Amino acid sequence: MTTSTISSDASLPQLRRFDWRGLVLPAGFLLVWALVTALGWVNTKLIPPPQAVLSTAVSFIGKAQFFNGLGASLWRDLAGFAIGSLAGVVFGALLGVSRWAGRIVGPTFHTLKHIALFAWLPLISTWLGQGDAAKVLFIGLSAFYPVALGALEGVHGIARSQLEVARVYGFGRVQLLFKLILPGASPQILAGLHLALIYAWLATIGAEYLLAKSGPGIGDAVIQGKAAFDVPLVIFGMLLIGLVGALFNQIANRIEARLLRWRDARH
Amino acid sequence: MSVTTTESPAVLASPLQLARPPQETLRWLKETGGRLALAATGLILPLLLLGLWQYAVEHQWLAVQILPPPQLVWESLRDLWQSGDLQSNIQISLSRIGWSSLIGISAGVLLGLALGVSRTFRAYVYPTFHVVSQFPVVGWIPLLIIFLGIGEALKIAAITLAVVVPVTVQTYKGIANIPRVLLEVARVYRYSFAQVIWRVVLPAALPALFSGVRQGVMQAWLSLVFVELLASSEGIGYLMVWGRQLLQLDLVVVGIIIIGLVGVVLDLALRWLEGRLQGWRRAAF
Repeated sequence: MTTSTISSDASLPQLRRFDWRGLVLPAGFLLVWALVTALGWVNTKLIPPPQAVLSTAVSFIGKAQFFNGLGASLWRDLAGFAIGSLAGVVFGALLGVSRWAGRIVGPTFHTLKHIALFAWLPLISTWLGQGDAAKVLFIGLSAFYPVALGALEGVHGIARSQLEVARVYGFGRVQLLFKLILPGASPQILAGLHLALIYAWLATIGAEYLLAKSGPGIGDAVIQGKAAFDVPLVIFGMLLIGLVGALFNQIANRIEARLLRWRDARH
Repeated sequence: MSVTTTESPAVLASPLQLARPPQETLRWLKETGGRLALAATGLILPLLLLGLWQYAVEHQWLAVQILPPPQLVWESLRDLWQSGDLQSNIQISLSRIGWSSLIGISAGVLLGLALGVSRTFRAYVYPTFHVVSQFPVVGWIPLLIIFLGIGEALKIAAITLAVVVPVTVQTYKGIANIPRVLLEVARVYRYSFAQVIWRVVLPAALPALFSGVRQGVMQAWLSLVFVELLASSEGIGYLMVWGRQLLQLDLVVVGIIIIGLVGVVLDLALRWLEGRLQGWRRAAF
Protein backbone atom coordinates (compact mmCIF):
# COMPACT_ATOMS: atom_id res chain seq x y z
CA MET A 1 0.00 0.00 0.00
CA THR A 2 1.28 3.42 -0.85
CA THR A 3 -0.84 5.40 1.58
CA SER A 4 0.70 7.06 4.61
CA THR A 5 1.46 4.76 7.50
CA ILE A 6 -0.48 6.72 10.06
CA SER A 7 -4.17 6.13 9.99
CA SER A 8 -6.51 5.75 12.88
CA ASP A 9 -7.14 2.19 13.86
CA ALA A 10 -10.81 2.90 13.49
CA SER A 11 -10.61 3.45 9.77
CA LEU A 12 -11.71 0.61 7.56
CA PRO A 13 -10.35 -0.07 4.12
CA GLN A 14 -12.44 2.16 1.88
CA LEU A 15 -14.82 1.09 -0.82
CA ARG A 16 -13.34 1.91 -4.19
CA ARG A 17 -16.25 2.16 -6.58
CA PHE A 18 -19.81 1.02 -6.91
CA ASP A 19 -20.33 -2.70 -7.48
CA TRP A 20 -23.83 -4.14 -7.84
CA ARG A 21 -22.73 -7.34 -6.11
CA GLY A 22 -22.59 -5.43 -2.83
CA LEU A 23 -26.34 -4.99 -3.02
CA VAL A 24 -27.12 -8.71 -3.18
CA LEU A 25 -26.73 -9.33 0.54
CA PRO A 26 -28.92 -6.46 1.82
CA ALA A 27 -31.52 -7.14 -0.88
CA GLY A 28 -31.57 -10.84 -0.06
CA PHE A 29 -31.90 -10.04 3.65
CA LEU A 30 -34.83 -7.69 2.98
CA LEU A 31 -36.49 -10.29 0.75
CA VAL A 32 -36.20 -13.07 3.35
CA TRP A 33 -37.42 -10.70 6.04
CA ALA A 34 -40.44 -9.67 3.95
CA LEU A 35 -41.22 -13.27 2.99
CA VAL A 36 -41.07 -14.86 6.44
CA THR A 37 -43.23 -12.09 7.90
CA ALA A 38 -45.73 -12.16 5.00
CA LEU A 39 -46.07 -15.94 5.18
CA GLY A 40 -46.57 -15.78 8.92
CA TRP A 41 -43.64 -18.08 9.76
CA VAL A 42 -42.59 -15.83 12.62
CA ASN A 43 -44.42 -13.92 15.32
CA THR A 44 -44.97 -10.55 13.64
CA LYS A 45 -45.30 -8.93 17.02
CA LEU A 46 -41.69 -9.81 17.70
CA ILE A 47 -40.41 -9.49 14.14
CA PRO A 48 -42.50 -6.89 12.33
CA PRO A 49 -42.55 -6.84 8.52
CA PRO A 50 -40.28 -4.30 6.78
CA GLN A 51 -43.24 -2.22 5.64
CA ALA A 52 -44.28 -1.73 9.29
CA VAL A 53 -40.84 -0.34 10.04
CA LEU A 54 -41.11 1.90 7.01
CA SER A 55 -44.52 3.26 7.96
CA THR A 56 -43.36 3.82 11.54
CA ALA A 57 -40.35 5.65 10.20
CA VAL A 58 -42.50 7.86 7.97
CA SER A 59 -44.95 8.76 10.72
CA PHE A 60 -42.15 9.25 13.27
CA ILE A 61 -40.20 11.55 11.00
CA GLY A 62 -43.36 13.66 10.69
CA LYS A 63 -43.51 14.25 14.44
CA ALA A 64 -41.86 17.11 16.27
CA GLN A 65 -40.46 14.52 18.71
CA PHE A 66 -38.19 13.22 15.97
CA PHE A 67 -36.51 16.51 15.13
CA ASN A 68 -36.26 17.54 18.76
CA GLY A 69 -34.81 14.16 19.66
CA LEU A 70 -32.30 14.04 16.83
CA GLY A 71 -31.36 17.65 17.43
CA ALA A 72 -30.90 17.10 21.16
CA SER A 73 -28.75 14.02 20.61
CA LEU A 74 -26.57 15.71 18.01
CA TRP A 75 -26.20 18.81 20.15
CA ARG A 76 -25.07 16.78 23.16
CA ASP A 77 -22.73 14.76 21.01
CA LEU A 78 -21.04 17.77 19.42
CA ALA A 79 -20.90 19.80 22.63
CA GLY A 80 -19.27 16.92 24.48
CA PHE A 81 -16.96 16.25 21.56
CA ALA A 82 -15.85 19.89 21.38
CA ILE A 83 -15.20 20.22 25.11
CA GLY A 84 -13.54 16.83 25.45
CA SER A 85 -11.29 17.10 22.43
CA LEU A 86 -10.18 20.64 23.25
CA ALA A 87 -9.27 19.53 26.76
CA GLY A 88 -7.62 16.43 25.26
CA VAL A 89 -5.35 18.39 22.90
CA VAL A 90 -4.23 20.78 25.63
CA PHE A 91 -3.71 18.02 28.18
CA GLY A 92 -1.96 15.63 25.79
CA ALA A 93 0.35 18.32 24.40
CA LEU A 94 1.28 19.52 27.90
CA LEU A 95 1.94 15.98 29.01
CA GLY A 96 4.12 15.44 25.95
CA VAL A 97 6.07 18.69 26.15
CA SER A 98 6.76 18.91 29.85
CA ARG A 99 8.87 16.17 31.29
CA TRP A 100 7.65 16.86 34.82
CA ALA A 101 4.01 16.88 33.84
CA GLY A 102 4.61 13.56 32.13
CA ARG A 103 6.20 12.11 35.23
CA ILE A 104 3.67 13.35 37.71
CA VAL A 105 0.42 13.09 35.77
CA GLY A 106 1.31 10.40 33.23
CA PRO A 107 1.04 7.28 35.45
CA THR A 108 -2.32 8.39 36.86
CA PHE A 109 -3.64 9.19 33.39
CA HIS A 110 -2.48 5.87 31.92
CA THR A 111 -4.11 4.00 34.80
CA LEU A 112 -7.40 5.88 34.72
CA LYS A 113 -7.83 5.38 30.98
CA HIS A 114 -8.28 1.66 31.65
CA ILE A 115 -11.54 2.25 33.48
CA ALA A 116 -14.22 1.25 30.99
CA LEU A 117 -16.00 4.47 30.14
CA PHE A 118 -19.52 3.55 31.18
CA ALA A 119 -18.34 2.82 34.72
CA TRP A 120 -18.17 6.58 35.33
CA LEU A 121 -21.80 7.12 34.43
CA PRO A 122 -23.43 6.06 37.73
CA LEU A 123 -21.09 8.37 39.63
CA ILE A 124 -21.48 11.30 37.22
CA SER A 125 -25.26 10.97 37.21
CA THR A 126 -25.36 10.95 41.00
CA TRP A 127 -23.39 14.16 41.15
CA LEU A 128 -24.89 16.03 38.23
CA GLY A 129 -28.34 14.50 37.88
CA GLN A 130 -29.78 12.83 34.79
CA GLY A 131 -29.90 15.94 32.65
CA ASP A 132 -27.72 17.38 29.92
CA ALA A 133 -24.89 18.41 32.26
CA ALA A 134 -24.12 14.80 33.19
CA LYS A 135 -24.49 13.58 29.61
CA VAL A 136 -22.29 16.27 28.08
CA LEU A 137 -19.61 15.76 30.74
CA PHE A 138 -19.67 12.02 30.10
CA ILE A 139 -19.49 12.47 26.31
CA GLY A 140 -16.65 14.92 26.83
CA LEU A 141 -14.78 12.32 28.86
CA SER A 142 -15.24 9.78 26.09
CA ALA A 143 -13.74 12.20 23.55
CA PHE A 144 -10.97 13.31 25.91
CA TYR A 145 -9.03 10.03 26.14
CA PRO A 146 -8.37 9.30 22.45
CA VAL A 147 -7.48 12.93 21.67
CA ALA A 148 -5.17 13.22 24.69
CA LEU A 149 -3.46 9.95 23.75
CA GLY A 150 -3.15 11.08 20.12
CA ALA A 151 -1.65 14.44 21.10
CA LEU A 152 0.77 12.79 23.53
CA GLU A 153 1.90 10.29 20.92
CA GLY A 154 2.17 13.00 18.30
CA VAL A 155 4.31 15.27 20.45
CA HIS A 156 6.59 12.39 21.37
CA GLY A 157 6.98 11.62 17.67
CA ILE A 158 8.46 15.02 16.85
CA ALA A 159 12.15 14.61 16.05
CA ARG A 160 14.72 16.28 18.25
CA SER A 161 16.41 17.77 15.18
CA GLN A 162 13.23 19.68 14.34
CA LEU A 163 13.18 21.19 17.81
CA GLU A 164 16.83 22.18 17.38
CA VAL A 165 16.08 23.90 14.09
CA ALA A 166 13.28 25.79 15.80
CA ARG A 167 15.69 26.80 18.57
CA VAL A 168 18.21 28.03 16.00
CA TYR A 169 15.52 30.22 14.47
CA GLY A 170 14.83 31.57 17.94
CA PHE A 171 11.18 30.51 18.08
CA GLY A 172 9.26 31.79 21.05
CA ARG A 173 6.85 29.65 23.03
CA VAL A 174 3.83 30.61 20.96
CA GLN A 175 5.68 30.04 17.69
CA LEU A 176 6.95 26.75 18.98
CA LEU A 177 3.39 25.68 19.76
CA PHE A 178 1.79 26.77 16.50
CA LYS A 179 4.65 26.17 14.07
CA LEU A 180 6.24 23.02 15.43
CA ILE A 181 4.28 21.15 18.08
CA LEU A 182 0.74 21.30 16.72
CA PRO A 183 1.64 20.72 13.04
CA GLY A 184 4.12 18.01 13.98
CA ALA A 185 1.60 16.18 16.10
CA SER A 186 -1.34 16.82 13.78
CA PRO A 187 -1.58 13.35 12.17
CA GLN A 188 -1.91 11.65 15.54
CA ILE A 189 -4.17 14.39 16.87
CA LEU A 190 -6.44 13.96 13.85
CA ALA A 191 -6.47 10.20 14.32
CA GLY A 192 -7.40 10.84 17.94
CA LEU A 193 -10.15 13.25 16.92
CA HIS A 194 -11.50 10.68 14.50
CA LEU A 195 -11.67 8.06 17.25
CA ALA A 196 -13.14 10.66 19.58
CA LEU A 197 -15.96 11.35 17.13
CA ILE A 198 -16.83 7.65 17.09
CA TYR A 199 -16.58 7.30 20.87
CA ALA A 200 -18.60 10.46 21.48
CA TRP A 201 -21.51 9.07 19.49
CA LEU A 202 -21.26 5.74 21.29
CA ALA A 203 -21.24 7.62 24.60
CA THR A 204 -24.18 9.80 23.55
CA ILE A 205 -26.33 6.79 22.76
CA GLY A 206 -25.11 4.87 25.80
CA ALA A 207 -25.80 7.78 28.15
CA GLU A 208 -29.26 8.28 26.65
CA TYR A 209 -30.07 4.60 27.10
CA LEU A 210 -28.81 4.47 30.66
CA LEU A 211 -30.25 7.80 31.76
CA ALA A 212 -33.44 7.56 29.72
CA LYS A 213 -36.46 9.21 31.32
CA SER A 214 -35.56 12.79 31.01
CA GLY A 215 -35.78 14.96 27.95
CA PRO A 216 -35.62 14.33 24.23
CA GLY A 217 -33.04 12.24 22.39
CA ILE A 218 -32.90 9.36 19.93
CA GLY A 219 -31.71 7.00 22.63
CA ASP A 220 -34.59 8.02 24.87
CA ALA A 221 -37.06 7.41 22.03
CA VAL A 222 -35.64 3.92 21.46
CA ILE A 223 -35.84 3.05 25.16
CA GLN A 224 -39.44 4.29 25.27
CA GLY A 225 -40.17 2.20 22.18
CA LYS A 226 -38.63 -0.81 23.88
CA ALA A 227 -40.71 -0.28 27.01
CA ALA A 228 -43.88 -0.02 24.90
CA PHE A 229 -42.79 -3.06 22.85
CA ASP A 230 -42.93 -0.94 19.72
CA VAL A 231 -40.49 -3.09 17.76
CA PRO A 232 -40.69 -1.09 14.50
CA LEU A 233 -39.73 2.06 16.39
CA VAL A 234 -36.77 0.30 18.02
CA ILE A 235 -35.57 -1.00 14.65
CA PHE A 236 -35.93 2.41 13.04
CA GLY A 237 -34.16 4.12 15.92
CA MET A 238 -31.33 1.63 15.74
CA LEU A 239 -30.91 2.17 12.01
CA LEU A 240 -30.93 5.92 12.52
CA ILE A 241 -28.28 5.67 15.26
CA GLY A 242 -26.17 3.43 13.07
CA LEU A 243 -26.45 5.66 10.03
CA VAL A 244 -25.54 8.79 11.99
CA GLY A 245 -22.51 6.90 13.32
CA ALA A 246 -21.50 5.81 9.82
CA LEU A 247 -22.00 9.35 8.52
CA PHE A 248 -19.77 10.82 11.25
CA ASN A 249 -17.11 8.27 10.38
CA GLN A 250 -17.27 9.11 6.67
CA ILE A 251 -17.04 12.84 7.34
CA ALA A 252 -14.06 12.25 9.62
CA ASN A 253 -12.38 10.12 6.93
CA ARG A 254 -12.81 12.87 4.34
CA ILE A 255 -11.55 15.62 6.63
CA GLU A 256 -8.59 13.57 7.79
CA ALA A 257 -7.59 12.68 4.23
CA ARG A 258 -7.89 16.31 3.11
CA LEU A 259 -6.00 17.82 6.02
CA LEU A 260 -3.19 15.31 5.74
CA ARG A 261 -2.71 15.73 2.01
CA TRP A 262 0.35 17.90 2.62
CA ARG A 263 2.12 14.92 4.15
CA ASP A 264 1.61 12.63 1.19
CA ALA A 265 2.67 15.32 -1.23
CA ARG A 266 6.20 15.28 0.18
CA HIS A 267 6.76 11.59 -0.29
CA MET B 1 14.81 -5.84 34.94
CA SER B 2 13.36 -8.39 37.35
CA VAL B 3 16.41 -10.58 36.95
CA THR B 4 18.81 -7.88 38.09
CA THR B 5 16.66 -6.84 41.01
CA THR B 6 16.28 -10.34 42.38
CA GLU B 7 19.89 -11.29 41.93
CA SER B 8 21.62 -8.18 43.16
CA PRO B 9 21.32 -8.53 46.95
CA ALA B 10 22.97 -11.93 46.66
CA VAL B 11 25.56 -10.47 44.34
CA LEU B 12 26.45 -7.75 46.79
CA ALA B 13 26.68 -10.21 49.66
CA SER B 14 28.87 -12.68 47.88
CA PRO B 15 32.64 -12.09 48.30
CA LEU B 16 33.29 -13.93 45.04
CA GLN B 17 31.56 -11.13 43.20
CA LEU B 18 34.08 -8.53 44.31
CA ALA B 19 35.73 -9.02 40.96
CA ARG B 20 32.72 -7.35 39.44
CA PRO B 21 33.58 -3.80 38.41
CA PRO B 22 32.21 -1.39 41.01
CA GLN B 23 30.99 0.98 38.30
CA GLU B 24 28.46 -1.61 37.24
CA THR B 25 27.02 -1.94 40.73
CA LEU B 26 27.03 1.80 41.01
CA ARG B 27 25.17 2.13 37.74
CA TRP B 28 22.69 -0.48 38.85
CA LEU B 29 22.09 1.43 42.08
CA LYS B 30 21.69 4.63 40.12
CA GLU B 31 19.23 3.08 37.69
CA THR B 32 17.18 1.46 40.43
CA GLY B 33 17.22 4.69 42.38
CA GLY B 34 16.04 6.52 39.27
CA ARG B 35 13.22 4.04 38.76
CA LEU B 36 12.16 4.31 42.38
CA ALA B 37 12.20 8.10 42.16
CA LEU B 38 10.15 7.90 38.97
CA ALA B 39 7.62 5.60 40.64
CA ALA B 40 7.49 7.94 43.61
CA THR B 41 6.76 10.97 41.41
CA GLY B 42 4.01 8.95 39.77
CA LEU B 43 2.44 8.44 43.17
CA ILE B 44 2.35 12.15 44.05
CA LEU B 45 -0.85 12.90 42.16
CA PRO B 46 -2.88 9.90 43.38
CA LEU B 47 -1.87 10.67 46.96
CA LEU B 48 -2.80 14.32 46.52
CA LEU B 49 -6.18 13.32 45.09
CA LEU B 50 -6.75 10.91 47.95
CA GLY B 51 -5.86 13.66 50.40
CA LEU B 52 -8.26 16.05 48.67
CA TRP B 53 -10.99 13.42 48.80
CA GLN B 54 -10.45 12.89 52.53
CA TYR B 55 -10.35 16.63 53.13
CA ALA B 56 -13.56 17.15 51.17
CA VAL B 57 -15.27 14.44 53.19
CA GLU B 58 -14.10 15.83 56.52
CA HIS B 59 -15.21 19.34 55.68
CA GLN B 60 -18.47 18.01 54.21
CA TRP B 61 -18.20 19.72 50.85
CA LEU B 62 -20.71 17.16 49.62
CA ALA B 63 -23.23 15.01 51.46
CA VAL B 64 -21.85 11.68 52.67
CA GLN B 65 -24.38 9.84 50.50
CA ILE B 66 -22.95 11.55 47.44
CA LEU B 67 -19.28 11.45 48.40
CA PRO B 68 -18.44 8.37 50.45
CA PRO B 69 -15.30 8.64 52.61
CA PRO B 70 -12.27 6.73 51.30
CA GLN B 71 -12.29 4.60 54.43
CA LEU B 72 -15.86 3.45 53.77
CA VAL B 73 -14.93 2.50 50.20
CA TRP B 74 -11.99 0.51 51.52
CA GLU B 75 -14.20 -1.24 54.08
CA SER B 76 -16.85 -2.10 51.48
CA LEU B 77 -14.15 -3.45 49.23
CA ARG B 78 -12.84 -5.62 52.07
CA ASP B 79 -16.30 -6.78 53.12
CA LEU B 80 -17.27 -7.68 49.57
CA TRP B 81 -14.01 -9.56 49.16
CA GLN B 82 -14.36 -11.46 52.41
CA SER B 83 -17.96 -12.45 51.72
CA GLY B 84 -16.90 -13.69 48.28
CA ASP B 85 -19.48 -11.51 46.50
CA LEU B 86 -16.79 -9.59 44.70
CA GLN B 87 -15.00 -12.65 43.38
CA SER B 88 -18.20 -14.27 42.17
CA ASN B 89 -19.29 -11.10 40.37
CA ILE B 90 -15.86 -10.65 38.78
CA GLN B 91 -15.91 -14.28 37.76
CA ILE B 92 -19.31 -13.89 36.11
CA SER B 93 -18.16 -10.82 34.19
CA LEU B 94 -14.89 -12.44 33.13
CA SER B 95 -16.50 -15.64 31.95
CA ARG B 96 -18.86 -13.56 29.79
CA ILE B 97 -15.83 -11.84 28.29
CA GLY B 98 -14.10 -15.17 27.78
CA TRP B 99 -16.95 -16.85 25.95
CA SER B 100 -17.76 -13.90 23.72
CA SER B 101 -14.10 -13.35 22.92
CA LEU B 102 -13.79 -16.97 21.91
CA ILE B 103 -16.83 -16.83 19.64
CA GLY B 104 -16.06 -13.34 18.37
CA ILE B 105 -12.42 -14.03 17.56
CA SER B 106 -13.24 -17.26 15.71
CA ALA B 107 -15.98 -15.59 13.69
CA GLY B 108 -13.87 -12.50 13.06
CA VAL B 109 -10.83 -14.45 11.87
CA LEU B 110 -12.95 -16.56 9.52
CA LEU B 111 -14.75 -13.53 8.14
CA GLY B 112 -11.54 -11.50 7.80
CA LEU B 113 -9.80 -14.44 6.13
CA ALA B 114 -12.63 -14.88 3.64
CA LEU B 115 -12.70 -11.13 2.92
CA GLY B 116 -8.95 -11.04 2.48
CA VAL B 117 -8.54 -14.14 0.35
CA SER B 118 -11.56 -14.23 -1.91
CA ARG B 119 -12.21 -11.34 -4.24
CA THR B 120 -15.73 -12.58 -4.98
CA PHE B 121 -16.67 -12.92 -1.32
CA ARG B 122 -15.34 -9.43 -0.73
CA ALA B 123 -17.42 -8.00 -3.56
CA TYR B 124 -20.61 -9.49 -2.14
CA VAL B 125 -20.06 -9.05 1.58
CA TYR B 126 -17.69 -6.14 2.19
CA PRO B 127 -20.08 -3.25 1.36
CA THR B 128 -22.63 -4.54 3.86
CA PHE B 129 -19.96 -5.22 6.47
CA HIS B 130 -18.49 -1.78 5.86
CA VAL B 131 -21.77 -0.04 6.67
CA VAL B 132 -22.92 -2.27 9.52
CA SER B 133 -19.53 -2.25 11.26
CA GLN B 134 -19.75 1.51 11.66
CA PHE B 135 -22.93 1.20 13.75
CA PRO B 136 -22.15 1.77 17.42
CA VAL B 137 -22.40 -1.57 19.24
CA VAL B 138 -24.41 -0.01 22.02
CA GLY B 139 -27.12 0.89 19.50
CA TRP B 140 -27.99 -2.76 18.89
CA ILE B 141 -28.68 -3.57 22.50
CA PRO B 142 -32.39 -2.57 22.83
CA LEU B 143 -33.23 -4.69 19.79
CA LEU B 144 -31.20 -7.58 21.19
CA ILE B 145 -33.09 -7.23 24.48
CA ILE B 146 -36.37 -7.60 22.62
CA PHE B 147 -35.19 -10.72 20.80
CA LEU B 148 -33.11 -12.36 23.51
CA GLY B 149 -34.47 -11.07 26.81
CA ILE B 150 -32.03 -9.89 29.46
CA GLY B 151 -30.43 -13.27 30.15
CA GLU B 152 -26.98 -14.59 29.42
CA ALA B 153 -27.71 -14.82 25.67
CA LEU B 154 -28.04 -11.03 25.51
CA LYS B 155 -24.65 -10.42 27.11
CA ILE B 156 -22.86 -12.97 24.97
CA ALA B 157 -24.46 -11.65 21.76
CA ALA B 158 -23.80 -7.98 22.54
CA ILE B 159 -20.18 -8.51 23.55
CA THR B 160 -19.48 -10.89 20.68
CA LEU B 161 -20.60 -8.17 18.27
CA ALA B 162 -18.07 -5.84 19.87
CA VAL B 163 -15.27 -8.38 19.30
CA VAL B 164 -16.13 -9.45 15.75
CA VAL B 165 -15.76 -6.06 14.07
CA PRO B 166 -12.17 -5.13 15.05
CA VAL B 167 -10.92 -8.69 14.62
CA THR B 168 -12.42 -8.92 11.14
CA VAL B 169 -11.15 -5.51 10.08
CA GLN B 170 -7.62 -6.13 11.32
CA THR B 171 -7.40 -9.65 9.88
CA TYR B 172 -8.57 -8.34 6.54
CA LYS B 173 -6.12 -5.41 6.68
CA GLY B 174 -3.30 -7.74 7.69
CA ILE B 175 -3.97 -9.99 4.72
CA ALA B 176 -4.36 -7.07 2.32
CA ASN B 177 -0.90 -5.84 3.38
CA ILE B 178 0.92 -9.14 2.83
CA PRO B 179 3.79 -8.49 0.41
CA ARG B 180 3.14 -10.03 -2.98
CA VAL B 181 6.61 -11.60 -2.89
CA LEU B 182 5.61 -13.98 -0.10
CA LEU B 183 2.74 -15.33 -2.16
CA GLU B 184 5.00 -15.70 -5.20
CA VAL B 185 7.49 -17.70 -3.17
CA ALA B 186 4.63 -19.91 -2.01
CA ARG B 187 3.64 -20.44 -5.63
CA VAL B 188 7.19 -21.38 -6.56
CA TYR B 189 7.12 -23.99 -3.81
CA ARG B 190 3.81 -25.25 -5.22
CA TYR B 191 2.01 -24.81 -1.92
CA SER B 192 -1.55 -26.07 -1.82
CA PHE B 193 -4.30 -23.60 -0.89
CA ALA B 194 -4.40 -24.92 2.68
CA GLN B 195 -0.62 -24.58 2.95
CA VAL B 196 -0.73 -21.02 1.65
CA ILE B 197 -3.33 -20.10 4.26
CA TRP B 198 -1.64 -21.94 7.11
CA ARG B 199 1.99 -21.17 6.36
CA VAL B 200 1.92 -17.80 4.65
CA VAL B 201 -1.31 -15.88 5.10
CA LEU B 202 -2.05 -16.52 8.76
CA PRO B 203 1.51 -16.02 10.07
CA ALA B 204 1.92 -12.86 8.01
CA ALA B 205 -1.41 -11.48 9.16
CA LEU B 206 -0.87 -12.50 12.78
CA PRO B 207 0.45 -9.18 14.15
CA ALA B 208 -2.47 -7.25 12.66
CA LEU B 209 -4.86 -9.96 13.73
CA PHE B 210 -3.61 -9.76 17.26
CA SER B 211 -3.94 -6.02 17.44
CA GLY B 212 -7.54 -6.63 16.34
CA VAL B 213 -7.94 -9.12 19.17
CA ARG B 214 -6.62 -6.60 21.65
CA GLN B 215 -8.97 -3.89 20.43
CA GLY B 216 -11.79 -6.42 20.38
CA VAL B 217 -11.31 -7.59 23.95
CA MET B 218 -11.09 -4.00 25.23
CA GLN B 219 -14.25 -3.15 23.29
CA ALA B 220 -15.88 -6.24 24.75
CA TRP B 221 -15.04 -5.07 28.26
CA LEU B 222 -16.53 -1.63 27.51
CA SER B 223 -19.72 -3.16 26.10
CA LEU B 224 -20.00 -5.65 28.93
CA VAL B 225 -19.93 -2.90 31.52
CA PHE B 226 -22.62 -1.11 29.52
CA VAL B 227 -24.87 -4.17 29.22
CA GLU B 228 -24.46 -4.99 32.88
CA LEU B 229 -25.41 -1.45 33.80
CA LEU B 230 -28.43 -1.48 31.49
CA ALA B 231 -29.91 -4.90 32.08
CA SER B 232 -28.45 -7.42 34.46
CA SER B 233 -29.00 -9.26 37.69
CA GLU B 234 -25.39 -10.15 38.43
CA GLY B 235 -21.87 -9.04 37.54
CA ILE B 236 -19.78 -5.97 38.41
CA GLY B 237 -22.06 -3.57 36.53
CA TYR B 238 -25.05 -4.86 38.43
CA LEU B 239 -23.24 -4.28 41.71
CA MET B 240 -22.88 -0.63 40.72
CA VAL B 241 -26.52 -0.23 39.68
CA TRP B 242 -27.52 -1.74 42.98
CA GLY B 243 -25.27 0.62 44.93
CA ARG B 244 -26.58 3.58 42.95
CA GLN B 245 -30.20 2.67 43.66
CA LEU B 246 -29.58 2.27 47.39
CA LEU B 247 -27.49 5.45 47.28
CA GLN B 248 -24.52 3.51 48.61
CA LEU B 249 -21.97 5.25 46.48
CA ASP B 250 -19.17 3.34 48.15
CA LEU B 251 -20.34 0.34 46.10
CA VAL B 252 -20.27 2.44 42.94
CA VAL B 253 -16.70 3.55 43.66
CA VAL B 254 -15.70 -0.04 44.43
CA GLY B 255 -17.18 -0.97 41.05
CA ILE B 256 -15.15 1.70 39.28
CA ILE B 257 -11.95 0.52 40.99
CA ILE B 258 -12.60 -3.11 40.08
CA ILE B 259 -13.48 -2.24 36.49
CA GLY B 260 -10.26 -0.26 36.22
CA LEU B 261 -8.21 -3.08 37.72
CA VAL B 262 -9.73 -5.66 35.39
CA GLY B 263 -9.07 -3.29 32.48
CA VAL B 264 -5.40 -2.95 33.47
CA VAL B 265 -5.00 -6.71 33.92
CA LEU B 266 -6.69 -7.48 30.59
CA ASP B 267 -4.49 -4.95 28.82
CA LEU B 268 -1.29 -6.25 30.42
CA ALA B 269 -2.20 -9.86 29.66
CA LEU B 270 -2.95 -9.06 26.03
CA ARG B 271 0.25 -7.04 25.65
CA TRP B 272 2.23 -9.88 27.13
CA LEU B 273 0.62 -12.37 24.75
CA GLU B 274 1.23 -10.05 21.84
CA GLY B 275 4.89 -9.74 22.81
CA ARG B 276 5.17 -13.53 22.94
CA LEU B 277 3.62 -13.83 19.51
CA GLN B 278 5.87 -11.17 18.04
CA GLY B 279 8.88 -12.92 19.56
CA TRP B 280 7.84 -16.12 17.91
CA ARG B 281 7.51 -14.25 14.65
CA ARG B 282 11.01 -12.85 14.82
CA ALA B 283 12.41 -16.23 15.70
CA ALA B 284 10.62 -17.88 12.81
CA PHE B 285 12.02 -15.69 10.06
